[in-house]
Amino acid sequence: MTGFGAFVAQAADAGALVVQPRMGMAEAARMRDGLLATRGAAAVTVGTITLDSYTRTGDLDAARRALALGAGLNGYPIATHPVDVTRAVLHGVADAGFPVQVRHGSAAPERIFEALLAAGLDATEGGPVSYCLPYGRTPLHEAVACWRRSCELLASIREFGAEPHLETFGGCMMGQLCPPSLLIAISVLEALFFRQHGLRSISLSYAQQTNARQDEEALAALGRIADELLADVDRHLVVYAYMGVYPRSPGGARLLLEDAARLAVRGGAARLIVKTTAEAHRIPTVAENVRALEAAAAAATAERTRPRPAAPPDTGIEAEARALIGAVLDLDADLGRALVRAFAAGYLDVPYCLHPDNAGRTRSSLGPDGRLYWSAVGSMPIAGLVEGGRPPILGSAGLLSALSHVQRRYDGRAPRPAAAPPVPRGLPAAR
Amino acid sequence: MEHGNAEDGGLDVVVTTLASDSHTWNLVFLQLLLEEMGHRVTNLGACVPDALLLAECRRIVPDLIVISSVNGHGHQEGLRVIPALRACPELRRTPTVIGGKLGIAGADDPDRERTLLSAGFDAVFEEGGSVAPFREFVDGLRSRVLL
Ligand code: B12
Repeated sequence: MTGFGAFVAQAADAGALVVQPRMGMAEAARMRDGLLATRGAAAVTVGTITLDSYTRTGDLDAARRALALGAGLNGYPIATHPVDVTRAVLHGVADAGFPVQVRHGSAAPERIFEALLAAGLDATEGGPVSYCLPYGRTPLHEAVACWRRSCELLASIREFGAEPHLETFGGCMMGQLCPPSLLIAISVLEALFFRQHGLRSISLSYAQQTNARQDEEALAALGRIADELLADVDRHLVVYAYMGVYPRSPGGARLLLEDAARLAVRGGAARLIVKTTAEAHRIPTVAENVRALEAAAAAATAERTRPRPAAPPDTGIEAEARALIGAVLDLDADLGRALVRAFAAGYLDVPYCLHPDNAGRTRSSLGPDGRLYWSAVGSMPIAGLVEGGRPPILGSAGLLSALSHVQRRYDGRAPRPAAAPPVPRGLPAAR
Repeated sequence: MEHGNAEDGGLDVVVTTLASDSHTWNLVFLQLLLEEMGHRVTNLGACVPDALLLAECRRIVPDLIVISSVNGHGHQEGLRVIPALRACPELRRTPTVIGGKLGIAGADDPDRERTLLSAGFDAVFEEGGSVAPFREFVDGLRSRVLL
């Protein structure tokens, strides 16, 4: 087997964590430079083409206008640049030793899948739930239909001997404040959806949350459930460095990234997607991305030489995740229909998600230990498993405080430069 | 000019983002903040197409329109929607502000605020430190509406 999944598997066999940036620029030449720099970094890397928000939302006219005007885009407009341009970006850069993945965030990704296949790529990510609910207002049943067609299109190239790869984004609902059991459940359900529509090389994501031990427990649970339910496909786990409000100081950002790398190693993940020191402020430069890749790889290598810590205690994450997955699988043999019904019934319900198809009756809270808890489970079938009585997050000040918990903790731990210490501004308190 | 139903001191506020932007924590935060200040908020949610934004604002005729965008396209998209809002007779003078992370290269671009203001926004609040001046702006509107 060749391709993205095979590359990651080989690296894992060799004992290396694959590290990957989030990187996308509007202009072709800069995108190529970014891929070359990623390839050249002192780490085992795969490349990324992150797409801009106009392309994500299907507004290709706006992408074309912005490109023509030279207005700054927050990613690479793959469906707007002619296919020859994208092929030239990749030529001599992307190959079996440096696979490139397209990262988007689109509920209706057909055009994107067509464009990436036309450019000779076959690895991407997302999912009918994770690229719908946090990414706009497309009805869930439409996203499911679009994702079914897109999966089938991607899987169709297997006929020609390729092994296309698809990663779930379900491990990152809303970026923050979603308890691990629901992240695991959505990640697994999306992987099962991918398999149902023909994919045979799949990665399952999990985003670093607010407490390292809780995350280790979650990753171990995700690995066990995936081994059981997806035994017949090539698969690996991928960790995302923290996807919520990021530390503002370079030192804090770096410490958080290093903790993500340690988590990936301890949790048995084969790949890590990094965040840079620019995360809290703006789109990162290529150089910032390379530094992040190298810092993460070094932290992972160091972690491998340490004795393995004892397995984290079971706080019930796996039982909750299995209850959620089981309840959805019981709804319909067709995963897409099951997912639509599950959200309509509130069996799956993402806290703080404003999407019209999300019931919006669950709430999470942050314990004094930095762990995520449920404070309201709505109609999710886990009421009997969750200990009650957790106080909810209240008011705008409470929300900002919970959202900036990680930022505060890591900015506080960051070494201050000797001269003129920058005061981390942080999210302003709502006075 | 009489807008909405401000007699009890609260303003009718539309909180929204722009067509390409899917971030919503900013919207949830702004809604809570404004509600705590005693105002009534209609939150239009993620990725609001221009046509929906216009239709909702014409239906509600709010006392204040708050646009928040953090994905880096806010500057471009703000310049696209403000003339459309101002072209609606009932929204020609509705206080309309924009804030968040409006470009892709950080907050310190003085030109950005100027172009947005001259395009028709009443105020621009870039980045994190913007909440206190925003509250002052809203408090100022309330007293204006009450007069
Ligand atoms: C969480 C998050 C996400 C989640 C969002 C989930 C959701 N539905 O909300 C997910 C993972 C889905 C996501 C996706 C994307 N994201 Co994002 N995301 C973040 C992150 C990490 C935190 C944002 C957050 O939750 N903040 C909490 C809220 C409360 O704070 P806030 O939004 O900053 O708003 C504060 C102030 O700005 C201010 N404010 C905001 N608006 C307004 C308006 C007014 C009037 C006033 C007064 C004040 C004000 O008030 C708030 C409180 O202080 C930020 C980086 C960071 N800050 O650490 C990136 C970030 C905002 N994302 C970014 C981008 C580009 C994207 C993507 C386009 C992907 C990409 N190309 O990288 C997609 C969005 C797709 C689309 N169609 O737009 C960039 C934007 C770059 C820029 N502007 O220069 C950031 C900065 C990361 C980065 N450095 O690249 N993201």
